Amino acid sequence: MREITYRQALNEALAEELARDPNVFLMGEEVAEYNGAYKVSQGLLERFGPKRIIDTPISENGFAGMGVGAAMVGLRPIIEFMTFSFSFVAFDQVVNNAPNMLTMSGGQFNIPITFRGPNGPAHQLGATHSHATECLYANVPGLKICTPATPRDAKGLLKTAIRDNNPVLVLESELLYSSKGMVEPEDFELLIPLGQAELKRAGSDVTIICYAQTVPLALAAAETLEADEEISAEVLDLRSIKPLDLEAILKSVSKTHRVVIIEQDRPFCGVGAEVCYRIQKEIFDSLDAPIMRVAQEDVPMPYNERLEKAVLPSVEKLITAVKKVCYT
Amino acid sequence: MQPPEQRDDVEMLSLMLLIRRFEERASQQYQAQKIGGFCHLYIGQEAVVAGAVAAARPDDYLITAYRDHAHALARGTSANACMAELFGKATGCSRGLGGSMHYFDKERHMYGGHAIVAAHVPLAAGMAFASKYRDEDRVTLCFFGDGAINQGSFHEALNLAGLYKLPIVFICENNLFAMGTSVERSTSLKEIVERAEGYNIPGTVIDGMNFREVRDKLAEIIDSIRQDPRPAFAEIRTYRYRGHSMSDPASYRTKEQLEEFRLHDPITRLRAQLAREEKLTNEQFDKMDKEAKETALASVKFAEESPEPPLEKLYHYTYVNGASA
Repeated sequence: MREITYRQALNEALAEELARDPNVFLMGEEVAEYNGAYKVSQGLLERFGPKRIIDTPISENGFAGMGVGAAMVGLRPIIEFMTFSFSFVAFDQVVNNAPNMLTMSGGQFNIPITFRGPNGPAHQLGATHSHATECLYANVPGLKICTPATPRDAKGLLKTAIRDNNPVLVLESELLYSSKGMVEPEDFELLIPLGQAELKRAGSDVTIICYAQTVPLALAAAETLEADEEISAEVLDLRSIKPLDLEAILKSVSKTHRVVIIEQDRPFCGVGAEVCYRIQKEIFDSLDAPIMRVAQEDVPMPYNERLEKAVLPSVEKLITAVKKVCYT
Repeated sequence: MQPPEQRDDVEMLSLMLLIRRFEERASQQYQAQKIGGFCHLYIGQEAVVAGAVAAARPDDYLITAYRDHAHALARGTSANACMAELFGKATGCSRGLGGSMHYFDKERHMYGGHAIVAAHVPLAAGMAFASKYRDEDRVTLCFFGDGAINQGSFHEALNLAGLYKLPIVFICENNLFAMGTSVERSTSLKEIVERAEGYNIPGTVIDGMNFREVRDKLAEIIDSIRQDPRPAFAEIRTYRYRGHSMSDPASYRTKEQLEEFRLHDPITRLRAQLAREEKLTNEQFDKMDKEAKETALASVKFAEESPEPPLEKLYHYTYVNGASA
C-alpha cells in the first residue's frame, strides 16, 4: 500500500483500463491537450495518443450521444463531464438512450459506457455548478451509480465501472480530488464491486449512513461524538447508490438501532428518502428512534459563502441529528 | 441479404411493395385496436430507404427515427418479426418491448428505431466514430425527418462529424411536415440542404420519389466516403401519404398536394420504368404484389398467434450481467 491522491487514483484507473482494453477510450471537454479540467486525465494523451484520448467541443449532448452510439457497436467509451452539472445538457442521452437501449431492443444492445466527472457542491460555484445529481439519476432504471469517497474506492470503483457491461455513472467529488489515502500498488488488480457498501468505522450506538463528500464529514463527526458525548457511531459508506447495498445497511442498523443519513443531495426525493423507506419497511421493530436525515436545504445554491455553508450538510448538523436520535 | 451489385431493380420494387402492403396491414390492424401506442406509416416514402439499402453494403450501419418499419424490412427483418413487434409479442424484432417506434435488428445492422426527435443523430456519429476507430470501411446511414433539423442534438452531431471527419451519410427524409408543422413554418432556411454547409459537409438534393435517383446518387456518395472517410448530407424530398401518425387526419395540408405527389408515386414510377425497358411484365408485377400482400397478411396471423413476452422476465432486460473479458 502507498498513499496517493483521489485524483491520482482515478488517473491510474483510467490508464490501467486503457492499457488493458483497446476498445476503451476517453472523450470529453479538455481531457486531452489540457490534461483534464481537474487534471484527472493528466498524461493520458501523451501515453495513449489522440485516437483514444479525445478532446471535444462544448457539446455535451453530442459527445455523450456519440459515446452511446459507439457503445452500441462494441466500444467501451468513458465520457467525462467537466462537472455533472453539465450532464443536464446531455440529460436525454444519459436517461433516455443509454439506459433504455437494452430493454427497447429486447436485449440486443447493451451499452457498456462510463459517464464520469465531479458531482455535488464544491465551493461557491453558485446554483448552476453545484448540483448533486445522484438522486435524479438513481430514479432511472438501467443506470448504475457509484460515489467513491476515498482514493482506494475511486480507483476500484472506476475500474469496475469501465468493465461493467451497463451504463455506469461514476460520481466523483471535486472537493476530494486532492485528498489522500492508502491504495494497493499500481500492479495490483483493484476492483471494487458495484453495490457493496463499506464500514468505514465500527460503532455500537448509532449508524451514520453516508457517501461521497459526506463520508469525511461522518468520520469527523464520529470522532467528536466519541470524545465529547461518549456516543459510539458506526459509519457506513454506501459507495454505490444503485445498486444499493441493503444488506449492509440492515446489518448495521440491526446492531445500533438508530440511524442518521447524511447525504449531499437535496432532501426532497433524495437518496436518504429511499434508504429511510427501505430501513423502516424491513426492520421497523429494530428502530429505537425515528430516522433522521441531514441533506442540503431545499433551495438553489447561493453564491455567498455563509449562505452556502448554511445550505450544505455539515459536521455540526450531523452531530445535532445524532444526539437527537440518541435522545441526548 | 445479398450484396448490392446482385440486387436488381425488380427485387427492390418487390421490397417497396412489401413495405407498402405491410404498412397498409399495420394501419388496418391499428384501427382494429390490435396495435397500441403510436404508429407512424411510411407509405409514399418507400423509394428513399429502398434506394439507400440498394446503394449500401448490408454491413453498413443503419439507424433511423421512429418512422422505422420500412428500414427494418429493407434490412431484411421479416414481416413476421415486424408485425409481431407492433402486436407487442415475444417474437417481435425487439421482443415486444420496443413497439412501433423502437425496431432493432442487430444481426442485420439495423440500430433502431429512435423516438426522441434527433436524439439518435449523435448515436449515428458515435457508430461512424467506431468504424473509423477500428479502421473499418463501413459507412453509417443516419435517417431522420425534416423535423429533426432544428434540434440541438442534430447540430452538435453534424459539427462533431465534420470535425472528426466521420464516415456517415446524414439522410434527411424531407416529407415537408414535422408532424403538422410545414418546413416553411419551422425552418429559417428555404433549402434544408444548406444546413450542411455550416458544418463544412457537402450536401446533395435528391428526388425521393425516384428510386433510381436515390440509389445512384447515394451510391456515389457512399462509395466516395468508403474511399475517403468524411460526412455527407443528402436531403431526399419525399412525401408521406398518410398523417404523421395513425391519429392524424393531416388537415394541415391540401388534397391537391397529396394528389400531386401521388402522380409521382415511387412504386408506379419504377414499375413504369421497368415496363418501358421490358424488364417487367404486368403479370410479373401482379405476382409480386400478390406475394407482398400475402406476406403482410401472413404476418398478421403470425403476430396474433405469437406468445406475449413472459411476465416473469419483466426485469430481465434492465441490466445485462457480466463485465468485459
